[in-house]
Amino acid sequence: MAAIEILGLSKTYQVGFWRKRPKCALRPLNLNVEQGEIFGFLGPNGAGKTTTLKMLMGLVYPTAGTARILGSKLDDPRMKAQIGFLPEQPYFYDYLTATELLEYYAQLSGVEGAERTRRVRDVLVKVGLPDVAGVQLRKFSKGMLQRVGIAQAVLHDPRVLFFDEPMSGLDPVGRREVRDLMEELKHAGKTLFFSTHILSDAEALCDRVAIIHQGELRGVGAVADLTSSVEGRVEVVWQGSLVPAAVKSLITNCRESGESVRAVVSETSQDAVIDALRRERLHIISVTPLRTSLEEYFVQKLKPAEAAAGVRA
Amino acid sequence: MSSPIRHIAANTFREAVRDRVLYNLIAFAVLMCGASILVGQISIGIERLVVINLGLTAVSLFGVVIAIFIGIGLVSKEIDKRTLYTVLSRPVRRWQFIVGKFVGLVGTLAVNTFFMAIGVFLALLYVSKSFQAADGWVLVALYFIVLQFLIMTALALFFSSFSSPLLSAVFAFSLFIIGSFAEDLRGFASMAQGVTRWLATGAAYLVPNFSSLNIISSVAHGQAVAAAFIVSETFYAITYSAMAMCGAVLIFERRNLK
Repeated sequence: MAAIEILGLSKTYQVGFWRKRPKCALRPLNLNVEQGEIFGFLGPNGAGKTTTLKMLMGLVYPTAGTARILGSKLDDPRMKAQIGFLPEQPYFYDYLTATELLEYYAQLSGVEGAERTRRVRDVLVKVGLPDVAGVQLRKFSKGMLQRVGIAQAVLHDPRVLFFDEPMSGLDPVGRREVRDLMEELKHAGKTLFFSTHILSDAEALCDRVAIIHQGELRGVGAVADLTSSVEGRVEVVWQGSLVPAAVKSLITNCRESGESVRAVVSETSQDAVIDALRRERLHIISVTPLRTSLEEYFVQKLKPAEAAAGVRA
Repeated sequence: MSSPIRHIAANTFREAVRDRVLYNLIAFAVLMCGASILVGQISIGIERLVVINLGLTAVSLFGVVIAIFIGIGLVSKEIDKRTLYTVLSRPVRRWQFIVGKFVGLVGTLAVNTFFMAIGVFLALLYVSKSFQAADGWVLVALYFIVLQFLIMTALALFFSSFSSPLLSAVFAFSLFIIGSFAEDLRGFASMAQGVTRWLATGAAYLVPNFSSLNIISSVAHGQAVAAAFIVSETFYAITYSAMAMCGAVLIFERRNLK
């Protein structure tokens, strides 16, 4: 059974005051996320990521289509006890302390008695907030609120977690900590579905990603597959600043950086270049096949619509 | 009461207390102290009447203002600040959220009224030096005031489920004022002719009948309240509130939380 099944989910809003006109936020979306996966939902701002997450959480109703989480309908309370949600830039009841807020959420999730107290204490330690457990949330910084947000999402030990831009508002150390926590959750067998537009985070964390743009799914696949195409090019790096004449004719791209030269050559001329460098007694630092980065794949997936838009214009 | 409703109600009560809503009790205490001292000096023989009238009217107005201003923000504030997202993504149904909010605010108003009632009775004791048997009817008047709060809170929630806080406040206040003259409206309807009669009758029965729930004057004069009247007014207030709450739930259930 898939952790998340999205079957033709779409959303069209009516905008305008007098003359309402439809605005499509999400075109029919079909997606499956397997249990135990970290799945990245990538797209630029306004792509439809948050709309999708809100529909999965039952906050916004789809215009068409349906979805199932852990095999259950989206309004099934038993299923909701097994999911955790971190909204984008979360804001909480600022008159409560961190402990009170988490106690409240634990109660709503059906965690009772001594177990609730234990889990609240443990989760505050996990997100690094045990020292401010008794402080009202109105005194918390943005980064601390994000940690509280993560704490409330994992508090009741859910099987599937939905994070909307979990790294937003965090400093580099905070981002690293959230990344570590997400990896920890994956090792604990949880399924993670998170939206982001920070591609390096997705590349470092995700098993699979989907790319969405203008409400349309542009591509889905395993990160390893998307970034493994070698393109028949190799980057050769050698020490010094000399570029031998025999090499110059073989390289497609060359730049000097510090004490080394980086040159891109085709796979077929790789041996010739290496031989030429050896003849000149230049020290070769590395020879690396060039792979497509997730960023390149992402940009490539966004392009068709931009081009089409250009043609229409 | 189902568990999510209880927890949401308790949190609503805690929010009201931490937002210093109960500070109105200080203003009420100052009013009652001032009134008791003043009426003791300027009203001869009618001190009780003045204290009961003033005290109960203040209890009613303070409560209605709280019911409207807190009630209209109960849902809209949660949507604006997005605190609702982390609640509704848990095993909490939308209707449970609305009912929990309602119970929490009515509970806050009941506690507020309890402390104000103590103030009224202390003021009565101060001006009369002792309690009388007729003072027991003041408790019934206080109960009727709580019934008014029940209706006002439900209406505030109903309006806030589909309109902005400002409009909700205007609608709720307007209904409170019109409802306070509901008996006059019904009298006018019975005298009108044709379409006007139909429209006036419809409006008279649609607005909440706060005038029949206002027994402050008769209680101040020591008049008894019939048990049947108490039962019928209780039934009316509960039915009206339930209908307003059903409306609020029906609208909120269909709403997209953007």
